[in-house]
This record gives sequence, C-alpha cells and structure tokens, in this order.
Amino acid sequence: MAVKKREKDLTLLEKMYIPEIVKGLSLTMKNMFKPKFTMKYPEEKFIPPASYRGRPVLVMEENGEERCVACGLCSRVCPALAIEVQAAETEREKERYPVKFEINMLRCIFCGFCEEVCPEEAIVMSKDYELAFSHREDAIYGKDKLLTPVIQLKDRIEFLRSYK
Amino acid sequence: MPKFVLDGKEIEFKPGQTIIQAAKDHGITIPHFCWHESLSVAGNCRVCLVEIEKMPKLAIACSTTAAEGMVVYTASEKALGARNAVMEFLLINHPLDCPICDEAGECKLQDYAYSHSAGESRFVEEKNHKDKRVPLGPYVMFDGDRCISCSRCIRFCDEIAKDNELTFVKRGDRVTITTFPGEELDNPYSLNVTDICPVGALTNRDFRFRARVWDMSANKTICTGCSRGCNIELWVRNNEILRITPRQNEEVNTFWMCDHGRINTFKFVNAEDRVDGPHIRKEGKLVKVEWNEALTQAASKLKKFAKNEIAFIGSAFATLEDNYLLVKFAHSLGVKNIDFIRHYIPSFADNILRREDMTPNSLGAEAVGVKPSQGGLNIDGIINGIKEKKIKAVYLIDDDIAAAFPELEEELAKLDLLIVNATNINKSASVADIVFPAATYAEKNGTFVNFQGRVQRLKPAVATVEDDRALDGLEMSRLDKFGTKFDRWAQGHKYDAKSSWKILSALSIEMGFKLKFNMAEDVFSEIAKNTKAFSGLDYDVIGELGAQSKLQPEEKIITT
Repeated sequence: MAVKKREKDLTLLEKMYIPEIVKGLSLTMKNMFKPKFTMKYPEEKFIPPASYRGRPVLVMEENGEERCVACGLCSRVCPALAIEVQAAETEREKERYPVKFEINMLRCIFCGFCEEVCPEEAIVMSKDYELAFSHREDAIYGKDKLLTPVIQLKDRIEFLRSYK
Repeated sequence: MPKFVLDGKEIEFKPGQTIIQAAKDHGITIPHFCWHESLSVAGNCRVCLVEIEKMPKLAIACSTTAAEGMVVYTASEKALGARNAVMEFLLINHPLDCPICDEAGECKLQDYAYSHSAGESRFVEEKNHKDKRVPLGPYVMFDGDRCISCSRCIRFCDEIAKDNELTFVKRGDRVTITTFPGEELDNPYSLNVTDICPVGALTNRDFRFRARVWDMSANKTICTGCSRGCNIELWVRNNEILRITPRQNEEVNTFWMCDHGRINTFKFVNAEDRVDGPHIRKEGKLVKVEWNEALTQAASKLKKFAKNEIAFIGSAFATLEDNYLLVKFAHSLGVKNIDFIRHYIPSFADNILRREDMTPNSLGAEAVGVKPSQGGLNIDGIINGIKEKKIKAVYLIDDDIAAAFPELEEELAKLDLLIVNATNINKSASVADIVFPAATYAEKNGTFVNFQGRVQRLKPAVATVEDDRALDGLEMSRLDKFGTKFDRWAQGHKYDAKSSWKILSALSIEMGFKLKFNMAEDVFSEIAKNTKAFSGLDYDVIGELGAQSKLQPEEKIITT
C-alpha cells in the first residue's frame, strides 16, 4: 500500500498552535463588545414587527362585542380546515353573530388567508407565538381565547390598512 | 317548427313561446331575475335585455315572443352594455351585506354581479334604507333593504298559492313589499317564496343563520308529508338535517312543496327521543340491549303464539321494501291478520299539492300485499281482537297505533307481546315489550308509491352506525370530503338504527326461515318480479324523478 507523502510539514510555530489560539480568542473578545443578536428567552421576549403572522385572533370592539358577523368566509378559505363557525341571530344592527367560533391550533398553518378574506376586519394575525399544549383539546381555541381588545391589535390593523 | 337565430345558433320554438323560454328549452340561460317558468311575465327587472336585428331598441327576452327568422344577440356590445347598466342600477340600493345575508352562496344577484357586472359602483351617495327584519308571516322574514322588487313572491301568492297576500306599496326607489292590512303571509305554501326570491329579502325563519349553503350537502329524496310525494332535497351538515327545499319534477310537484312538508317532516330525525339501539322491557322499563339478544328474544316469544293470535301491522310511512318483507314474514308464519293504519285528514287537502292521505306510501303498501289474507282480520278486526283479547301478539312497523287509536293504549300495554320497529319513542313504543330501532326515511334506501301510482326513490341523507357517507353513496359536503373522523364537524351522532326490512330479515333468520337480502335494491327487484304493477321497474329506471307503475291512480279517497 502506497503512502502519500505530506506536501509540507508544519513549522515549529504552527506546531505550537499559540498564534492560532490568540487569533481565535481575539475574534471572541472582539464579538464580546459588539451588539448581541440573541435573547434570554423566556425572561426576555421577542416582540415581532407588525408584519408578523402569529396566531389568528378575533377583534373585540371597545364595547366588548366582537366585530365578526359569522359569515363563514374564513372557515371556507382556510386550507387546513381549522376554523369552525356557528352563526346565530342577534338584536344588534348587524343581525348575525358567531355563537361559536373555534380555531383548532393544531390544524392552523398561520397562512393568514382568514385575515385576508375577512370582510369585516374581524380576524387578524396577532403577535402571539407562544403555542404549547399539554392536551389535544387545549389546542381548540374558542371565543374566550380568541377575542382580543382592538387596542392590542392596533399595530396589525394599521399595517393591513397600509396595504389596502 | 319555426326557427330563429340565437347568438348565431338556429333554434326551434313553439309558436307563441317567448325568447327566454325557447332558449331555456335548448339549454341556454338568458340572465333573468323576475322571470320564472311557471309564473306570469312581469318584465320589471330588465336584466334579460337582448338585441334583436331590425328592432330599434333592445327588447326583454322574457316577454318578446319569438318569431320566424328573428336574429337575437344576447352577448353583443349593446346587450352587454345594457346588462351591465341594469346590474349597476340594481346594486345602487342593494346593501353590501353578503357576509350577513343568508342567501349568500345561492343568490342570483351575487352570481350575476360576478358574471354580468363591471364590478365597480359609481354611486357615492347614501343608500336607501327600508324596514329590515319584518316577519311577514309565521315562517317568512322580509328584509326591505335587500329586495330588488322583482315581484316573484307577489305573483307566486296570486297565481300558485291562490291567496293574494302580498303587494307592492310606495313608488320609485321607496317601493317595498308588504302584506295587505290585517293579512299575514300564512298560506300553506308560503315558504316557496324564499326559494324563488332571487336575493336574500325573503328568508326562512326556521333556517335563518343556521348554516352556510356551501357547508351542507343536498340529498335528493322524497317528502313524507302526504301522498303527493313531492321531490325534495334534504340539506345535511354534520349528519343533521337543517332544511328541506323542493326539487323540480313536472309530473309531481313542479317547483313547489307545502310548508307542512318543509317544516314538520324532518325534525324527528335528530330529535332527543330517537330510538338508539334495540330495547327490551325488563322489570317494566325499556333497557338497551345488544341486537342478538333482542332478536333471539323476539323470535322465541313470537314462536309461542298460534297463527290466529298474531297480527302484523304494516305502515304507509314505511317503504315498499319494508312492507314487502313484513308481508313475506307474516305469510311464512302462516299469519293472516295483516293490515296497515290509514291516516286521512280531509281538511288537509287542497287543489294544489296537498292530499288527504297523510302518508307517502299507502298505495304501495296495499300493492305489495299489506292486507288481510283470506279469512284474516283487517285493521278494525285487529283492533277488536286486541280489545277482546283474541289477538295476543302484535308486530308493528314504522307507525304509532296507540296515537291513531288512543282508546287502545291500555289494551296494548296488556298485550302478551308487542314488538315495535320505531324511529322515535312514541306512544306505542313506550308500551312495547321489544323495540327495534327503525331507520327514518332520511336514513335508508327504498321506494314510495304516491297517489298517482308513481314509484319514487328515497335515498339516504343521514348516516346510521352502519353507513359511511363516502362508501354508501350519500352526498358529500366539502367538510365531509376533507374532514377526518377526529374532526368535530364529522362527529354528528350516528344512530344505531336499521331499515325495517333489515330488522325483519335478521329476525327471520332467528325464526328459522331465511328471508335474506343484501340490499334494498334486491328486495325491490323481487317485488318487481312478483308484482305485476311494478314489472319492468328497477332502481335505475326509477332514477331521480320516479317512474309510473301500472297501479291505478287513487281517484277518490275513502274517508273512514
């Protein structure tokens, strides 16, 4: 078996590795004083920009009522069939409201179609990305978890309007 | 036959026919709102404007009679321009509330706005507002904002229901529809106006806001409200019937059905008192048991009685197949006492669709032999027999003898054996010894014979435990197609119920004589083979619109 001879042997300096260690450490030292990109999650939280598509939520007006009129378009357009809406009649001016509105967060793929199709600007993508469940049933979000005050969603709504 | 040219295609017409009707007969639809095949011509929506050569102005296709050599364009520049303009006018005052409106998805105005409109409105002023949410009658709700004043509903009441209840009031853009003073829209056919309303102005109060049309499947079947047997569609979501609409059949019901059929004939299917699984009376109470236990017990008890102590009661609510198996079962035992209960309400009948006979299949029940054999007792004889304790065992399918003869309730409880195939816990089932869960008309295949002697097919719309929507050929909605069994919209309750003929077939095997069939279709082909009246018929020949049997139409109703 032929053994190929090394083209060049290491010099003494190279054999000591000291210059290389200094080189490496100096890079580390340099970066220690540069601005950081990482975060101490979960002590520190990432606040996404308005364009971020977190979990979809229902907009709750200041008077505590939902904007949603239960037209069912979000449910129709949802490619993952995550949304279930049951309408009913109300005394309000818009005579239809969702008596049940459920999103299965195990099915949701955060595509944002529901937000795009909504004629009432009643379902928007929030900045909430913390979705962990210990049980399948917990992943089905009803109106109690979905309704979010409009004030918290101002960012997203303004972002959407700027693209209309 | 004379001919005229429509969009470059020569088509034939009957003299006197309008352009729109002649086009429709050849499968060409000219856009229209106010025109309806079976109503008079009003000509007020103007959307059917077409260009006709040598005519100075555009003409409406719905009231212009076709003439030999006429050359009509429905899609010329002028015609399209006019159609767009008409659509723009109609949409000026029509609210943009499709998300709230129940008609969305089956709305003519919505469809035409997509296909025949520029899509942009130049109207910037405030829209006209009229009364919303006006209950016109017990079943119909009116929304003035959405009305496009086509007058179809007014003409329907005048011409079909023959009850002048609705009228236009006010003029110009304030025109609206109302009932005459002191009147209500309460004729027996009032809900048909919700079908013919091209927009969401008239809605069914029983169905409002319950479901979107695209979430339901439409299952073609037959109404069980009376012996007319109107052709209908059952709209089902999550294994629950939500509404009924009529289906066109020129021979039976044309376009219509009555409110009784539409409102009262489907709620029991998903009612709380449905029989779910076989029940046996143990220590005075009905207890749910396994099929095997119920069948063995029914068989061993039936065997203890002499031939003349048993009576079989068929049903005009049950299909031909159910009744046929009951007759075969009775004859195999040598029992001669067999008949069914008539349900006649003379005051229910009218000259439009409704019939005195409140059952869908009395002609069929008789035709397959649900009548006493030589020396057997008819229904009156059976009732007397029960009272005199000569009849000791009764087998009843798909009917409620205790409700039909209230004086009999106590006697029935005292019977040695009462076996009932029941859909719901009714008066008879609650005093029965053994209750088999019968499938409702919405859960089985089968055939009915209406008063004309027309054989019509029932198709299942609601799945029972043994059915699978896809494999058993039930209509599938979008959710049915894409959901898995773990999804909540696919978890509507399935009842453990079987068609009466299947129950009788299973029981016959326990009894030791085998009446074995795999499908309702097999039972029907045997009926067709053995009964002259149905010879030559099978499920394919019957199809969606039914087929005439050789039975004589029921001319006069015998009132008892």
